Parts: sequence; structure tokens; C-alpha cells
Amino acid sequence: MRLLTFWMAHRAELASMVERHLFLVLWSTLVATAIGLPAGVIAAHRPRVGRPLLAAANIAQTIPSLALLGFLLPLPFIGGIGPRIAIVALILYALLPIVRSTAAGLKSIDPAVIDAGVAMGMTPRQLLWLVELPLALPSIVAGIRIATIVGIGTATIAAAIGAGGLGEYIFRGLSMVDSTVILAGAIPAAVLALVADGILTWLEKRLSPGRKRLSRAAPITAAAAALLLALASAGVGSATRDTIVIGSKNFTEQVVLGELLAQALERHGVRVTRRLNLGGSFICDRAIRSGDIDAYVEYTGTALAAILKQPIVKEPDAAFNAVRDAYGRAGLSVLAPLGFNNTFAIVVRRADADALGLKTIEDLRRVDAQWRPGFGYEFAERTDGYAGLASAYGLRFTAPPRVMDLDLVYRALATRQVDVIAGDATSGLIKALDLAMLQDNREYFPPYYAVPIVRSAVLLAHPEVREALAQLAGRISETDMRAMNAAVDVDHRDVAATVREFLSRGR
Amino acid sequence: MPSPTTDRRAKQDAAADAPVVSFISVRFSYGPRLVLDDLQLAVNAGESVALVGRSGIGKTTLLKLINRLLVPQSGSVVVEGRDTREWDPIALRRRTGYVLQEIGLFPHLTIEENVALVPRLEGWPEERKRARAHELLELVGLPAAQFAARWPRELSGGQRQRVGVARALAVDPPILLMDEPFGALDAITRQELRSEFQRIRATLRQTIIFVTHDMDEAFALGDRVGTLEGGRLSFASCGS
Repeated sequence: MRLLTFWMAHRAELASMVERHLFLVLWSTLVATAIGLPAGVIAAHRPRVGRPLLAAANIAQTIPSLALLGFLLPLPFIGGIGPRIAIVALILYALLPIVRSTAAGLKSIDPAVIDAGVAMGMTPRQLLWLVELPLALPSIVAGIRIATIVGIGTATIAAAIGAGGLGEYIFRGLSMVDSTVILAGAIPAAVLALVADGILTWLEKRLSPGRKRLSRAAPITAAAAALLLALASAGVGSATRDTIVIGSKNFTEQVVLGELLAQALERHGVRVTRRLNLGGSFICDRAIRSGDIDAYVEYTGTALAAILKQPIVKEPDAAFNAVRDAYGRAGLSVLAPLGFNNTFAIVVRRADADALGLKTIEDLRRVDAQWRPGFGYEFAERTDGYAGLASAYGLRFTAPPRVMDLDLVYRALATRQVDVIAGDATSGLIKALDLAMLQDNREYFPPYYAVPIVRSAVLLAHPEVREALAQLAGRISETDMRAMNAAVDVDHRDVAATVREFLSRGR
Repeated sequence: MPSPTTDRRAKQDAAADAPVVSFISVRFSYGPRLVLDDLQLAVNAGESVALVGRSGIGKTTLLKLINRLLVPQSGSVVVEGRDTREWDPIALRRRTGYVLQEIGLFPHLTIEENVALVPRLEGWPEERKRARAHELLELVGLPAAQFAARWPRELSGGQRQRVGVARALAVDPPILLMDEPFGALDAITRQELRSEFQRIRATLRQTIIFVTHDMDEAFALGDRVGTLEGGRLSFASCGS
């Protein structure tokens, strides 16, 4: 029921996500067919070329999809966030089933039929087009069917690098720990896969030799229809570039802040494209440097430690200046802080804190032998993360830390799967799940003031962008941020509505 | 593809120097296994030659040398006055109808389309193709009205054999190669097809070289019967 309400409330968005999803899958399958079919013919006719070809397709298939996207991200021409790289990855996945089924279809043809064709005086080309391909067609279509279904599933991952599609709901749902939102993306994706399976299975059966034939035009019509659909959705896919593209990382607060920038701009009549939920800091940084996005919100401490790899600066203004100078050299402008400091918070269950009298991070030394820590991926790696924390406080956890998605750590703590976590000071879940923050009494963590980062070229070309974003300076207190995060994470409120309410409240 | 003039010349040559197909000291082996050794054969226009011998002795190989599916290691095979090595293989194969032992009908084409395949390759207009296919189906005893639109898998073995023969005859090739055309059939169908064959021969007067393992059939249908053994052919002449 909640699901239906969600779909009704988001039907325009849902339609555009389905369209984008189809765009990704159709294009990648079409291109993979265009490459894979000839490759399959070569593989069948020349086993010496074919074997390495199949091996290469096999290897591409075994790379986990997120890893493949990661490899492709920094490459010139195909890299960068957005649909292009997702299509390249989907093509790589679609190749194997198409090449393999084309080759298998050709090899399974009765040799007597081939002999007859040769003896009738067919040229190799005539043999291929009049005999081999028509007879291999059901097998080829089976390969395309598998490629399409795999593509529909894999395309959901593409949301992680800003390609859009139904994966956006899945990732959004994961980050909000809201199964309704996950299902809102997963169910349409499953339905798409079933429909594609049904259509292509039907086609496959109709094409088997000796069946009452589809008119000769039918496969051509089908291909043309697919191409047209792909072209039509391409129109939707390529966002017109006179809009400002706002990005965000993939956790609740970031999505809220991205939406906040977007709505602030829209209130000033600026057209905005949202590319929210873009994986971690690294991906957002790549995206803004390559111009794939125009603005996102970063945190000063994160910028210094994780992105610029500069020494940690504890004094807030000095940190801000260091960040501003470094970004300025890269053609990026750091605007005035939004107000709050989202520092890392070392969090335990309130019951434990009360029972054991834990108040500061230092107090953890009393329990570190038995307790198991849990972190997000970034905290495990960063210079301002786990290793530094452990040495600054002399902590020696005997159990290795469990590393998981940042949004999951709070629930993992509340359900006693881990005992101490590194979360965000502004998370709405700390209060909601009855958790307690420990004081950073040795001032290990640098300040993490939220600052909008905008491409300088955009600020020059669009003074209204600067004007709109300047009004957000100092506007959001820690309490405000925590309230908005809680509205989304705890009360499952809509992000856009939450932000709209906040902006309407006025000063 | 030969130009019309070379095509005509080839026909004239064939008419002038009697043998349409001749094997001159042909030697052929599959790797170390010698199949044909110093083989001699001359087949005259309009003649029907039956080839008999144990299975695996090289009968099919001999047929395949004629339409250049295979090329001899030494010696030469001359068709219509020209060495097969000098023939464009495509043009040669379209002048030599071939009935395969396994028949090899195209499962994705109807009976009519199977028969009209070589005319299609030759670019005949639709009407002529259709008329020819129907004519041939009648000739092999498969009424077009009943069979033209059916699929190979809907036919019995004997009916498929007939389609195979009709397909080989489609562009009226001067030479017809048949590899056990009546093999794997029951006795009655066999008898039926044999008399069919004699009737067709009387109508078309092609040069025919056919392979069989049935001596009765060989003597009934061949003007001459050649026995293949030890890589060579020997003839027992007979009048049919």
C-alpha cells in the first residue's frame, strides 16, 4: 500500500527513471549485438581467433559491476560519470552471451545443410546470409534475451555513477534504509526483465526453422522499433546543457544537501539537473573536476584529508582557507560554509554508555578488548579515519572492524552486530535509535564544515547561481541538519518536501 | 561467374570433344590415407554412370572432385573441357546439380523455396522461379498444390529425397551428381523412385554420375557400372 502511494506521488519521476533504464539497456544491447554478432560469426568460422575472443568476453563478464565501473571511471572518452560509462559497462557484460550464442547457433547447424549450400554454388556470403544466420537466429535471439535481462539487472548499479535509472530508487532506499523505496525501484526493474524475457522468448520460438513464418519484415521491424525507442530515449537521456547539474554523495545528508542547493537555485529561476546519490567523495570529486556536475556540498575536513591529501588542519578558518586555495587552483570555487560542522561521531548504544560510564572516546580503552567496531568504507581508509583514531587514543580493538555502507552502521549498532561506530554528528538516527556520541576529548577530528563547491566557470557565466547559493551561507545549524536527516531517515519523509519546508520557513 | 561467351564456348567444347567429365591420373588422399590412385574415367554427354564399391572406398570423394568441393593432389579433373582448378567454383557448382546422401534440405525454407534455391542465387524473376519449382515438383511426383508450401520436417524420407532431386535439377544443369539418392529408403519407395528416375532421365538427358551400394540399382539405372577398389575404377560394361 505504501508502495502504491509512493509510486503515485512519484509517477513523473518513476516514468523518467523507467525511460532512462530502457535507454541504458536498449543502447547497450543494440551496440553489443552489433559487435557481438560478427564476433560470434568469426568465432564459429575461425576457432583460432574465436577462442581468445570468447576468453576475453568471459573475463569481462567476471569483473564485478562496481569494480568495472571503477576501472572505467578515469578513462578518457568513455570515463566520467553519467550514462556513457554505464552503457560501456553494460555492453561489456552483454557481449559474452551474444558472442557465445551466435557461435553456438552456427556450430549446431547440420553439416549436411552447409554441404548442400556449398554444393549448390553458394558464395560464402550467400551461405552466411541465406543459410547460417537464419538457422542460427533462434540461438542468437536467445543470447540477446539473456544479455537484455542481465542488462536490466546490472543497469540498476549504474545509478551509483550517476547514470540514473531505477537503481536510483534502490540506492536511495538503501541509504534511507527504507524498503518501500528499494521496492519502488526493484519491482519495476523485475517487471521490465520479465516483459523483455517474454517478448524475446516468443520471438525466439517464432523464428525457429519450419515454423509458420513471421513476415520477413518482422525481425527488421522489431529491430527498427528498438532502435527508434533507443533514439527517442536518447533525447531524454542527453540533458540539455544549459542547466546547472547538482551532485551529491550517496548518504541521506548529502542527498538532502544536494536537493537544498537545487531548490535554492530553482527559487532563483535557474534550471537544475539533479545527479544525486553519486557514490562516495572520490566520485563526486572526479565528476566536478571533469565538469559532469557543476556543484555539490563537501566538508572541509574531508576535502583536506581524503581529496586533497593535505595535512590535517584543526583550526576551522585555516582549514577553510587551505581548502579554498587548493580548489581555486583547480578552477573550483569554495563558497561560504552552510553553518553546521558534520564531524565524525564515535557512537555507542546509550544503554552501554550509561552502564559503563562511557563519556569520551578515551573511555573506550576500557572496553576495546571485547568490542567490535563498525565503519563506512571511507572511514576505514582515510587518513583522518580509523588508523589515526586508534593511534591518537591508543585503542586496540581485538575484533577487526566490520566495514559496511555508511547508512547501515547505525542499525548495525542498534541491533548489536557491532558495538561502536563512526557516524556523522548530524545523523538523525543517533537520537532515533537511542545512541550516544562520545566526546572527542583529544580533538582528533578536524572540523568538517559543509561548503558548497561550484565550478568557477559556472559562477562567472551565471551570476544568479552565486547569488542564490550565497543566501544559504550560515543558514543551516547542526540542529537544522539533524532535524532534516531525521525527517528522512526516521520518519521516511520525502527529501524534496523536507527541503521545501525548510526553505519556506524563512530566516 | 562465367560470361555468356565463355559459357557458350564451354558447351561447344563439350559437344566437340565427347567426354563431359574426365579424370586423368587422379590421385587423392586424406592425409596418409590414399583414396584414389591414378584414377582414369571419361563420361560422355548424356551418359549415366553408376559407381559401386564398399562404403568408405572413395565414391563420394570422386563426386566431390567433379564439382570442386575437393581438388586432386595430382592429375586433373576436367569438366566441359576445363580443369576444375581453372573453373570458378561457384559457376562450376551451378552447372552441376548435386544430390547429397544426407539430402540436406534447408529446414528454414519451404519445399518450393528449397527447389527454387539455385534459381534464386541466379537471380531469376519471381514468376519464373515459382513456375520452375512447381514444374519440378510435379516431375518428381510431389503435386505442387499439396507440397509447395510445406516444410521439410513435415515430409517423409522418400518425399525429401524427391525434393533433393528436384532441387538439383532446378536450373537444368548439364551434369547431375547423385550420392546414394535412394539410400535409406524402404524397398517400395525405392522401386517407385527408380522408375521415376528412369522417366526423368528419358525427359532430360543429362549426364549423370551416381553412387550406389546396390548392384541391382547400378545395373538398372547406369549405362555403365564402375567398381571402385584400391583407388581405381574398373568397368563391367552392360546394356540396360
